[in-house]
Amino acid sequence: MAQDEAGRELGRHERYRGDYPIVVEGLTNAFGDQVVHQDLDLKVRRGEILGVVGGSGTGKSVLMRSIIGLQHPTAGDISVFGRSTIDSDPEVDIGVRNRWGVLFQGGALFSTLTVGENVEVPLKQFYPDIEPELRHEIARYKVVLSGLPEEAVGKYPSELSGGMKKRAGLARALALDPELLFLDEPTAGLDPIGAAAFDQLTLELKETLGLTVFLITHDLDTLHEICDRVAVIADKKVIAVDTVPNLLDLDHEWIQQYFNGPRGRAALTAQALDELRRHMDEPVAAHAVKALDKPPAGKA
Amino acid sequence: MGGFAEYDLSEDGDGGNVLALSGPYLVSTVGAIDQDLRALDGPIARIDLADVTEIDTVGAWIACSLAREHEAEISGASERAERLMGALKGTGSEEQIAAPRLPVWERVPTVMGEKIYAARRGIYGVVGFLGALLLSMGSLIRHPRRFRWLALVRQLELVGVSALPIIGLMSFLIGVVIAQQGAVQLAQFGAETLTVNLVGRITLRELGVLMTAIMVAGRSGSAFAAQIGTMRLTEEVDAMQTIGISPMEALVIPRVMAAVLMMPLLGFYAAGVAIVGGAVVGQFMLGIPFWTFLTRIQDVVPIYDLWVGLLKAPVFGLIVALAGCYHGMQVKGNSEEVGRRTTMAVVTGIFAVIVIDAFFAVFFTKIGWG
Repeated sequence: MAQDEAGRELGRHERYRGDYPIVVEGLTNAFGDQVVHQDLDLKVRRGEILGVVGGSGTGKSVLMRSIIGLQHPTAGDISVFGRSTIDSDPEVDIGVRNRWGVLFQGGALFSTLTVGENVEVPLKQFYPDIEPELRHEIARYKVVLSGLPEEAVGKYPSELSGGMKKRAGLARALALDPELLFLDEPTAGLDPIGAAAFDQLTLELKETLGLTVFLITHDLDTLHEICDRVAVIADKKVIAVDTVPNLLDLDHEWIQQYFNGPRGRAALTAQALDELRRHMDEPVAAHAVKALDKPPAGKA
Repeated sequence: MGGFAEYDLSEDGDGGNVLALSGPYLVSTVGAIDQDLRALDGPIARIDLADVTEIDTVGAWIACSLAREHEAEISGASERAERLMGALKGTGSEEQIAAPRLPVWERVPTVMGEKIYAARRGIYGVVGFLGALLLSMGSLIRHPRRFRWLALVRQLELVGVSALPIIGLMSFLIGVVIAQQGAVQLAQFGAETLTVNLVGRITLRELGVLMTAIMVAGRSGSAFAAQIGTMRLTEEVDAMQTIGISPMEALVIPRVMAAVLMMPLLGFYAAGVAIVGGAVVGQFMLGIPFWTFLTRIQDVVPIYDLWVGLLKAPVFGLIVALAGCYHGMQVKGNSEEVGRRTTMAVVTGIFAVIVIDAFFAVFFTKIGWG
């Protein structure tokens, strides 16, 4: 069984109440000569949405795969719910693995099963004593909870659009009512409306289900809108973990380029406009928004 | 902590029944009591959640559906339980999870009918594919600069050269077995020396080419189907087309040509190795010296036996490669399809080869090459 911070055994039917569901210490990952991570440390707080950013090839996905046990690290220790996942016995692991859900980049749905059957797979695997009647009900409401239309439950993944596949993957990730949710670039490849809706869904689910979310993303809007903290991976390490405004103050070349590049600025402006609308009197705000929305003179 | 999900049905002071749920109501615990709760007889006026220690969406779902069924009100819910039940409002549905399935008496004829139509479509498809292949061949002959030599050479290596060890080993053993078994039977007539005729004629005429075709179908036909099928799944074939490369020219023609060119060589090689295998048996078991065995082959095997084998070989190669490429190109949808099509490529390839071989046998006998 997993343990909480104090080292107490975590009961089988008890939610994790420690402060840090994920603790990564001194993680080193190397593929041959190519070192991806060197002495990487990261702590994820319970109940937060932690965004993980980094340039392409900096090992964001490798970090996630290490945490969920798909990638055996070269060195270092990873604890999930206070329990080391390195060298652990898959049989004993069950106390940890049924407490997390993973959404892979492409959804990774089983292509020969319908969406509903996909959601039922983890339920059947971990809780065979649940009667089919209840299992079907669970699958149905999880699909609807993930923002899919009801009739999607009987469809095959090949009949779904990219955005719907992600939602179906999310439904499967939520099948066991996990406490920890891993999302690998959930908004990549979605249209802006779909991406914003997915962000809102993530936020709502986190609030209602009390999730801790580990979210890999390139989407600056996602970072601004829903992430409580952002971990920046560069130089084979996590160089900073903080809120977006605090990260902006840091003097690091990559961070500045990332958040203050043209796209970063656009996301920031959008955020600022939102804030203005929220906090100012209507007429004043409208005026200010108008002024801000105009592109700087000479640059248009 | 831990424990089980439990319930208690009791009389309320106001005359209504109260269902008190207690313990953890989680996906891990409700499996045991879900059926009992469903079987409860009403009326239930109130469902009390005050003693529920832990709850997740599954527990909340059960409380909600009980409340809906008995038109009961819910009391004593914790803040978390309220939140979860709020989120679940309006998420119920009656949609079927499994894809709809007909009853057996309708399904069997349906499937049979579909198979018959599929067979017809398959024949149309193969004929169409052959036509498309001939058309691209024609256009390649008019524009020889478009021909992909590199791809052809690569396929020649894959289909031919790298198959040499396994085909050699297989043929050698077949030669050994034919010679040994044949000698045992022929010895009953005191005709062991005819083993040379047996081995020479059967391998050059039939087995060398036939076994090679089966081996090529298993090695290369399946590889063609799987490669092209995977390329279709990853939209590589579509990408080629948009760039203006014809998949026929880039993928199919080099493979088909490689199989057609390599089959006669491999078939002849297989027959040769099988004869060597027979000669080894002759040397050690029948008292026919190795070199005598080989020189006798020249005398007892008519030259048309060699032609029969060599004429059949390119046809077999064409069939095997066509089956592989055709089924590869038909892949669409999911990864299961790649496996299914690969199997079909091998099975139809081998089947067609054996059928055509039977026709050839009759044909060559009729023209006097018996």
